[in-house]
Amino acid sequence: MILHELIDFETLRVIWWLLLGVLLIGFALTDGFDMGVGALLPFVAKTDLERRVAINTIGPVWEGNQVWFILGGGAIFAAWPPLYAVSFSGFYLAMFLILAALILRPVGFKYRSKRDSARWRQGWDWALFVGGAVPALVFGVAVGNVLQGVPFRLTEDLMPLYEGSFFGLLNPFALLTGLTSLAMLVMHGGAWLSLKADGAVAARARIYGSYGAAGSIAGFVLAGLWLAIGLDGYALAGPNVTDGPSNPLLSEVMHGGSWLAAYADRPWIAIAPVLGLAGAALTYLGLKAGREVSTLLASKLAIFGMISTVGLTMFPFILPSTIDPRSSLTVWDSSSSHLTLFVMLVATVIFMPLILAYTAWVYKVLWGKVTEDSVKNNEETVY
Amino acid sequence: MDLDVVELSRLQFAMTAMYHFLFVPLTLGLSILVAIMETVYVMTSRPIWRQMTKFWGTLFGINFVLGVATGITMEFQFGMNWSYYSHYVGDIFGAPLAVEGLMAFFLEATFVGLFFFGWDKLSRRGHLTVTWLVALGSNFSALWILIANGWMQNPVGSVFNPMSMRMEMTSFYDVVFNEVAQAKFVHTVSAGYVTAAVFVLGVSAWYLLKNRHVELARRSIAVAASFGLASALSVVVLGDESGYSVTHSQKMKLAAIEAMWETEPAPAAFTAFGFPDQEARETHYAIHIPYAMGLIGTRSLTHEIPGIKELVEDAETRIRSGLIAYEALMQIRSEREAAPEAVKARFEDHGADLGFALLLKRYVDDPLQATDEEISLAANDTVPTVWPLFWAFRIMVALGFGFIAVMAYFFYVASFRNMTFPRPALMLAVIMIPAPWIAAELGWFVAEFGRQPWTVDGVLPTALSVSHLSITQVALTLAGFVALYSTLFLIEMGLMIKYIRKGPYLDMPISGNRPDAPTSEPTPGRTSGLQPAE
Ligand code: HDD
Ligand code: HEM
Ligand code: HEM
Repeated sequence: MILHELIDFETLRVIWWLLLGVLLIGFALTDGFDMGVGALLPFVAKTDLERRVAINTIGPVWEGNQVWFILGGGAIFAAWPPLYAVSFSGFYLAMFLILAALILRPVGFKYRSKRDSARWRQGWDWALFVGGAVPALVFGVAVGNVLQGVPFRLTEDLMPLYEGSFFGLLNPFALLTGLTSLAMLVMHGGAWLSLKADGAVAARARIYGSYGAAGSIAGFVLAGLWLAIGLDGYALAGPNVTDGPSNPLLSEVMHGGSWLAAYADRPWIAIAPVLGLAGAALTYLGLKAGREVSTLLASKLAIFGMISTVGLTMFPFILPSTIDPRSSLTVWDSSSSHLTLFVMLVATVIFMPLILAYTAWVYKVLWGKVTEDSVKNNEETVY
Repeated sequence: MDLDVVELSRLQFAMTAMYHFLFVPLTLGLSILVAIMETVYVMTSRPIWRQMTKFWGTLFGINFVLGVATGITMEFQFGMNWSYYSHYVGDIFGAPLAVEGLMAFFLEATFVGLFFFGWDKLSRRGHLTVTWLVALGSNFSALWILIANGWMQNPVGSVFNPMSMRMEMTSFYDVVFNEVAQAKFVHTVSAGYVTAAVFVLGVSAWYLLKNRHVELARRSIAVAASFGLASALSVVVLGDESGYSVTHSQKMKLAAIEAMWETEPAPAAFTAFGFPDQEARETHYAIHIPYAMGLIGTRSLTHEIPGIKELVEDAETRIRSGLIAYEALMQIRSEREAAPEAVKARFEDHGADLGFALLLKRYVDDPLQATDEEISLAANDTVPTVWPLFWAFRIMVALGFGFIAVMAYFFYVASFRNMTFPRPALMLAVIMIPAPWIAAELGWFVAEFGRQPWTVDGVLPTALSVSHLSITQVALTLAGFVALYSTLFLIEMGLMIKYIRKGPYLDMPISGNRPDAPTSEPTPGRTSGLQPAE
């Protein structure tokens, strides 16, 4: 098949790097507010009916949103197999934590209101809280570790060996990024609830959401300062082959200097952190002012900016290695083959617009607030 | 290599996969049955069909959500526990998995919310479309995951690239239209349909025994029996197709399923019963049906089916050929582009057997140092343990014929005997509820255990596929999954039983004397439900 050579390997790699970002951001924008609502559940809702209002704002949509996460996994597997292999086996126990939390969540939504017992419901409320807060935190911790580099090595056979420990992941910088990520999703969940819920739930959501917005601004700025003064970056050393075979051991990498050097080389990327901060500030103001639709949009902008900041700062690195920098995974040496990237791009170009279209339609059908009355009148169908 | 980590990882994968597959078949079949019921409702406007749709839909939902929850584990487990596998074949295996997300998961998961929440927000036709889209989505998902799994059984459309030390795709078309994948898809999907039909039949029979919800139960039986009969027939016919495709691609698996130690002159006999003895390499007390195996396996009277002993000899030859490839690969890897053409040519010639050389890694770090004895040990390793395969397969097949018989009977009584079911028949239907699950789990066991010692047949040995984890790590997550999954299982069963006992809820009263009368049902209002209360 020659068709795939229509787009050269280097370009395909960059496209798939962008698509990786699109998927992660898509996940944070959609499932992000589900996790935010989960994390906020104990704070915004005091009675069973209020909790049901909060849960039913996301009841019909969390399932579709979660597929962004699943597709993220599948797309990393298909387009960046070494990343899939190294990161998930390296972060083994952390991944298990995420899985356990994410397993509890669907069950919590579906089963919580299927029995009347208060203990039963309380148990699932905890599950929903854990299913929201734990992944939000752990994802951020993972990002912090990726920025610092991860202690892994590839053998000559390209078998990944991970030499760190679970508790090594919980270092101060990673905890900071973890809390930032939690704050960001709490902000997003708050913005969502203020739009979709009403009464006391929405009012409390605005308060906690604004804490989240303030927290994510503080965390983001702190992490930036930390990168500037306290953390080494990585850089490619030696000739940069961008269309060679996907074998990380063929390139040379140097550990040292600063990640922020990227802003000297490519000043335009500064737009990402600016959008992130501006979005979070607007969300803060919007929540205070009680605006609904525009606040949710601002919160999306903040998430878009903050996540892009990480990707653009690290480019072309995807997963640097602390103990053997040569093993580091970059855009140029850890993708799938030319043909696979092309086939997957075709699939994405066909299906992604369809997905966006029907998802938009579903949200439109479901447009409008969830109220205490609407929950009471639909006992049998709602959560 | 730490063999205990390999064993534990296998156990964990087998457990989580088989657990996932407790919920999958019911989702596959029930989504379609529910869609059929709703179609009847939209066409006839009889409220009882709406009630049926909602009732079975509720049970569908309780099951579906655990399918989703356990599927999340599956998606990430390859990277967590099988990292060398993920690196080695991700270029091919990852693609169908990602397409599954794009084409299937988004579809089913986005619309399933509307299925439950959209009754009052959509027109009848709109809601019906949503229901069919959910059914379509789950069946697409089976297609793509089985293309991925079929590739592990029969790795077509790919080649080893020495520069990136992994398998890379050469033809997506070949991967998708892999005959093994297609046979697996139709067989597995029909297995799901049978499962749902048996489930609906059994629950309805229970209602009839208790004399409750009789109208709902009788109609459900009519749907389940006709759908179930068609599916049970196709599961058997298409199971034969699976057997036929295995004959081509996995001769060792077939020989093990049949406990065929020796190559027999064509057409071979089918062993209906016996006790396979791995040590002595013979089957005690065997009962043979002449010609049957040759006919099933090759659809001819003249093709030979190789026996286990012959296949072990083949394996030994391939290991030696694989060693030539391995040696050439080592040279290519260190000299890269500069490696002599002759070496590259040697790799081309023997590369297809590289996987067989990797079997030696169980015994020596450097396969080139392997002794003759180790080579023959490795060749022997290509024989999976025979007796569990032999029996698992026979039980699955027996159950398959059992389903045909039961479905045919219920179909007959429902269509021609005015639904007068004798009590023993109803009781049988209730008792039979778990049977399709048993058949399906055994089927997976045959397919996966029969592939051992390979994860990707002839390409990558299982022992090499695992992540470098410590025993403690794997044991910890295994214990975690067992605890989590057992709890969820109990909770799910509890809810299922609660909702079956509770029966359909009467959101739309049905008049007592003329339950079938088409009523002029008000068109669902667009303002009720979870609508803004401004
Ligand atoms: C023959 C069918 C079949 C097989 C062999 C598998 N699955 Fe599955 N899977 C389904 C059929 C299915 C389904 C019927 O489509 C499910 C069950 C319930 C559901 O929601 O969709 C599903 C759900 C499901 C989900 C959740 C999707 C969602 O959120 O909607 C994931 C991530 C996976 N599966 C992944 C896997 C992986 C990685 C497998 C193999 C290793 C696997 N499944 C085997
Ligand atoms: C497409 C989906 C699937 C893929 C890609 C897949 C792949 C694998 C892999 C990688 C292993 C571990 C390596 C090994 O021990 O062979 C395995 C083992 C196993 N899988 Fe599957 N599997 C799939 C679906 C299933 C399902 C749904 C079931 C059962 C319901 C199942 C049953 C098993 C069993 C029983 C084993 C253990 C065999 C053994 O290790 O002895 N598989 N499979
Ligand atoms: C006469 C009846 C049947 C025959 C001849 C048959 C044949 C087969 C064969 C040969 C395989 C192995 C395919 C492989 O190794 O790749 C298989 C697998 C399987 N069987 Fe059956 N089967 C029958 C009935 C059933 C029934 C009744 C069910 C469930 C309700 C079922 C469910 C499965 C499943 C889920 C698998 C694993 C997926 C696959 O490999 O296709 N089978 N069957």
